[in-house]
Amino acid sequence: MTPRATFPHKILPYLLVAPQLAITLVFFYWPASQAVKQSLFREDPFGLHSKFVGLANFKHVLSQPNYINSLEVTVIFSVFTAVISMAVALLLAVMAEKVIFGRAFYRTLMIWPYAVAPAIAGMLWLFMFNPYFGTLALPLRWTGISWDPLLNSGQAMVLLIAAASWKQVSYNFLFFVAGLQSIPKSLLEASAIDGAGETRRFWTITFPLLAPTSFFLLVVNTVYALFDTFGIIDAVTGGGPGRATETLVYKVYKDGFVNLILGDSAAESVILMAIVIALTAIQFRYIERKVHYG
Amino acid sequence: MKITKLLVAATFLAAAVPVFGGTAEAKTKITWWHAMTGANGEVVNKITKDFNASQNEYEVVPVFKGTYPETLNAGIAAFRAGQAPDIIQVFDVGTGVMMNAQGAIKPVANVLTEGGYKFDKSQYIPGVVAYYSKPDGTMLSFPYNSSSPILYYNKDIFKKAGLDVNTPPKTWDEVWADAKKIKSSGAASCGYTSTWLTWIHLENFAAWNDVPYGTHENGLAGKDVKLEINAPIYVKHFQAIADLAKDGTFKYGGRTSEAKQIFLAGTCGILTESSGGIGDIVKAGMNFGVGPLPYVAGDKNAPQNTIPGGASLWVFANKSKAEYKGIAEFFHYLSKTSVQVYLHETSGYIPITKAAYEATKKSGFYDKNPGRETPILEMIGKAPTANSKGVRLVNLPQVRDIENEEFEKMLAGKETAEEALDNAVKRGDAAIQQAIGQ
Repeated sequence: MTPRATFPHKILPYLLVAPQLAITLVFFYWPASQAVKQSLFREDPFGLHSKFVGLANFKHVLSQPNYINSLEVTVIFSVFTAVISMAVALLLAVMAEKVIFGRAFYRTLMIWPYAVAPAIAGMLWLFMFNPYFGTLALPLRWTGISWDPLLNSGQAMVLLIAAASWKQVSYNFLFFVAGLQSIPKSLLEASAIDGAGETRRFWTITFPLLAPTSFFLLVVNTVYALFDTFGIIDAVTGGGPGRATETLVYKVYKDGFVNLILGDSAAESVILMAIVIALTAIQFRYIERKVHYG
Repeated sequence: MKITKLLVAATFLAAAVPVFGGTAEAKTKITWWHAMTGANGEVVNKITKDFNASQNEYEVVPVFKGTYPETLNAGIAAFRAGQAPDIIQVFDVGTGVMMNAQGAIKPVANVLTEGGYKFDKSQYIPGVVAYYSKPDGTMLSFPYNSSSPILYYNKDIFKKAGLDVNTPPKTWDEVWADAKKIKSSGAASCGYTSTWLTWIHLENFAAWNDVPYGTHENGLAGKDVKLEINAPIYVKHFQAIADLAKDGTFKYGGRTSEAKQIFLAGTCGILTESSGGIGDIVKAGMNFGVGPLPYVAGDKNAPQNTIPGGASLWVFANKSKAEYKGIAEFFHYLSKTSVQVYLHETSGYIPITKAAYEATKKSGFYDKNPGRETPILEMIGKAPTANSKGVRLVNLPQVRDIENEEFEKMLAGKETAEEALDNAVKRGDAAIQQAIGQ
């Protein structure tokens, strides 16, 4: 008799899956369907008058130059944040591997920033780089840079990307460290014996074998840059100067909760949902093919 | 801090229940959602506690709901869910939003008359009441905490720059001249900064100089408003600021009250800020002076009166008769001279009745606390005109955002003052049309 690995129960698996399904239903499908419904209506904030307008909200949103602007802002912000936070984390992880004395201590230090809430991280960076009383703004002035992220849109974006990446580096670092430890030492030793230098060993062995980790992080970081950076943006720039750092998520919040234009805000969040679903699908369809799972 | 306060409140409630146990069930409960923190939050608790102790028919329950926008959003969400509180504190810019929600709110004047009280307008400070009233004089919401923009200056910097420490600049031209002198003499790296450019330099600028902000009495007489903030008097004013910003004589702090920090750090010599901000400046231990908000020299009606900032209490519709009666009692209690004097002296906000102002004056409070009378004098000097009752737009928060965006472009040197204000009018008008078109 061969031992069965499956449970004989018919209902148990459904029961075990049920909590997760319930959570998804309550916290994703239900609000998402509400957003879709809201996006087809034009309504005053108190819900006293409601009018079905079909796709007029979408048309209005997409015809705004501000929406196109925030789309561009989102692309620039997300690409730079994801790339920088992953590249820096990889570099740090490879370097931390080489540390012999106090390795665990170094690693713990690197992971710390992850425990900081986004809004607090934002305040930290704001205090360091506020043009008037920032601790690090003064040295920047001495080097001849006229540092003023309150009015200079490029500098505001740089500050935001730096803060958002800094916050995410530790998360990525953790996964890269784990990924590095799963690479067999024998492969690296063999190639070293064959005369491959350090750089060559990294690009031909370490980097390809880290592909599954990198792919996972790419998806996670994209979602992070799109959604979880709200607190940082709100604390550091509030979308300004002008609308230079207003990402799609921030615009949804501004239009819905500050300006109380619920129809437009709902239409924007539906579009955002479509963008994220499409992005994730593309990542899995095309990039995952190139990933080599050891 | 907050947890201790909660604990104190909980202990108080737990202690109060057995004491009033017998009558508690018969009492009509009135919930009041507010956004007051710190010392101002304690004032809310003290006032409601005293009111509850003063009679035994009603019990007002204050609930802290977060920041001003958070409180407004919570109220809106609760109304949509059919669970609105009785009273909600809404900040000045939310006034248009509330006023537009006919069917969701009940005018305070009606609540008071139905409750058996006569609402006598002449007892109140005109500038404050006018802001929260309809054009026909019906008071819509109850002014709770009001402030007004004033001018602060750093006396140490004035002295170093060779300026008279007892003469704050009265007109904007004098502000520009003093600011330049502060900068050129090296007394400070910046002469002048301001919080809330939209509230101080547009909405109050219009009222104080008696020029229109928009059509239809700035929106008080009709919703279909066309902005008029690109008139020459505004263009000239903002071009002066933009020119001063080029060499750092004027410094920009941000869209709300961030600039106060620049002033407190001693970077700038002059600041225009809400009178509500005086607490922080006193706390910082700075050697400062206070003056009225500057006006445009040569303007024939200036200085007129300023527009209040702060918040007022709105009453939701569809409540029971007993609840409305209780709310009327509570508002009547709030307007008592002793309560207003306490509120004024403790929180720094403006009293809403003339009697409270006179009583405070008589007690010698203003001699000991210079600057506390300035915002009141700004508001009671003259009866408000069509230009100075206030600005009421259905979507004022959104219009302020648009104005701020254009100011930031102007201060970054991307636009002239004329271009920035023209754009603000064009975009603001379009946003107003969309907001009223629903």
